[in-house]
Amino acid sequence: MNNDRPTIPGDHDQPEPGLTPDPALSYREGDIIHTAPEFALADADVLAAERSDVIASTSLWRDAWRRLLKNRLAVFGMIAVVFITVACLLGPLVIKQLTGMTPDLIPSGVGHIRSTPPLRAPDGSFSWLHPMGTDNQGRDLLARVLQGGQISLMVGIIATLVSLLIGVSYGATAGYLGGRIDNLMMRAVDVLYSLPYIIIVIVLLSVFKSQTARGQVILLFIALGSVSWLTMARIVRGQVLSLKNQEFVLAARATGVSTPRIIFRHIVPNTLGPVIVYATLTIPTVMLTEAFLSFLGFGVQAPLASWGSLATDGIQNIGIFPWQLVFPGVTMALTLFSLNFLGDGLRDALDPQGSRQ
Amino acid sequence: MSSSNGNLLDVRNLRTYFDTEDGEVKAVDGISFQLKRGETLGIVGESGSGKSVTNLSIIRLIPEPPGRIVGGKVLLDGVDILSLQESEVRKIRGRRIAMIFQDPMTSLNPFMKISRQMMEVTQLHLGHTRSQAYEHAIKMLETVGIPEARARVDNYPHEFSGGMRQRVMIAMALSCEPELLIADEPTTALDVTIQAQILELIKKLKQVTGTSMILITHDLGVVAGMTDHLIVMYAGKVFEQASTSELFARPGNPYTQGLMRSVPDPLKEQGELYQIPGLPPDVAHLPPGCPFAPRCQRAEEICTREFPPFVELTCEHFSLCHFAQEVYEESRTEA
Repeated sequence: MNNDRPTIPGDHDQPEPGLTPDPALSYREGDIIHTAPEFALADADVLAAERSDVIASTSLWRDAWRRLLKNRLAVFGMIAVVFITVACLLGPLVIKQLTGMTPDLIPSGVGHIRSTPPLRAPDGSFSWLHPMGTDNQGRDLLARVLQGGQISLMVGIIATLVSLLIGVSYGATAGYLGGRIDNLMMRAVDVLYSLPYIIIVIVLLSVFKSQTARGQVILLFIALGSVSWLTMARIVRGQVLSLKNQEFVLAARATGVSTPRIIFRHIVPNTLGPVIVYATLTIPTVMLTEAFLSFLGFGVQAPLASWGSLATDGIQNIGIFPWQLVFPGVTMALTLFSLNFLGDGLRDALDPQGSRQ
Repeated sequence: MSSSNGNLLDVRNLRTYFDTEDGEVKAVDGISFQLKRGETLGIVGESGSGKSVTNLSIIRLIPEPPGRIVGGKVLLDGVDILSLQESEVRKIRGRRIAMIFQDPMTSLNPFMKISRQMMEVTQLHLGHTRSQAYEHAIKMLETVGIPEARARVDNYPHEFSGGMRQRVMIAMALSCEPELLIADEPTTALDVTIQAQILELIKKLKQVTGTSMILITHDLGVVAGMTDHLIVMYAGKVFEQASTSELFARPGNPYTQGLMRSVPDPLKEQGELYQIPGLPPDVAHLPPGCPFAPRCQRAEEICTREFPPFVELTCEHFSLCHFAQEVYEESRTEA
């Protein structure tokens, strides 16, 4: 282009050879500049350009997944969680195949049973029979730890699911409806918050005391789930408050979508990032609470075991048989660490604008 | 039908107020207009003049609280929308009155596929089955010029450019063949070349489907080529109302004149671009007189004291000004 000469918008009467006057400028009457025919051409060009790039779909989730894989601690946590989960699910079966030990099997024949140390046969020689040793009654500790893991993980996961269900719908409803209803609903949460939840759980568990061990576990799910939804409700409400004023919600309302549908189809999926992160961090918290309750004797009842109840059994003999406490404790600590690492990693991956880099 | 007089939409003395900590804000204060089938009405005005609130009031999407529709009527084919049940209004939204919003980047749900968002509308209003709705969505995307619609219908919004998203919004708005399309600054968030394409598209589709349209904008260039009638809004009131050609040729209000002088003219070499002095008024604390008086060049003592009358200049040309007749005569001699 000819740049020596300043271009004056008005002087298109004598066009310079290098300076083709924009034909749009000559359209002044009637139609606006925008509708000048040369734009139709540009339209076709752009369409042609866009046609070529039907790109492979990169969803938000795939991006987050990639970021998660870059975080070493999170990857470690994820692998550990998967490993422990699989081990807990399949381990007892495998052990039964290999050694014939089940979590409940009390070996007979031995006159007075005492706990054997890890990797030792009852006579003191080296043996793979009990990699973690046995408990006071001679039951294989590895099998018991794995079976206890089933219960502990299940309590963690199911109580978290319960808290998800209640917390998300409660928080989303309060946040979206707003005003007086929101105020009322959230003050109720505040009241529940101010009560010491451990005591609530203990009261719940002792009032509805179940006769069977399995019933007690179900009661534990309900009790823990029903107190752990409070924070979830607050988180979701906060998210919804910022989301509900976004234009896509208005657009959905403008197309006649009903309120429940807007809340649960349009808004809730958008809160999924923080919800997943918080749920991942709730699982270890609930597991810890369960261990604490079992430790106090309110949790899982024999013959079922959880990491908490195993630790309780172990602590009585900590001076003589330390492995009875160490193995359940270490397994639980490892799981909790891993879940926390995973949760932190998920938070960073799902919220790339977050402060932590 | 007799009550509607051939008007698709008849807005009478619509008033929408907001309760704020600063007091009552009269965002829309006594707006009236009619819209015939197939016609396009333009609403122009500065930011905060009540353009969007007017249109949100029409389909009752004002957030309540703090907003509330204090009075007036919105007759769609003679039926007052403001007196209907919420469930009845929901049947109108998206089916008979559809909206296109300003920012296509935020008006699509980022977590839903385009297909699902588009199918929702037709499943809701036209009773389509999933497969019918899916095919309809593809057809609509083709209509608005999305290339390879079948391949792209299952994409997420972030995989589309701004212009393409606005096309999707248009496709969604038109998928139930609404009688009235409300476009709230449909091109403001787009760059100029895309603006032209989108306007061209809206214009073309409007001709094909014959829907009526309300076009809200602050770009006078846009309304000039697109609309039949114009409303100029200021501080929640209609300042001038006329057919587009009449209003551009002979504005009868100092505010309209100011707006037009603020448009850069590529044919004239200008020094500094004209701007109306001052800022739009605080609608919560309006002076008793004309809200435009403090910024008006020809304001006289009466303007700050008395609220101006709504003067009928010709049978379809109204202006809210003490000196409407004089301003009108002046611009006649200029033209």
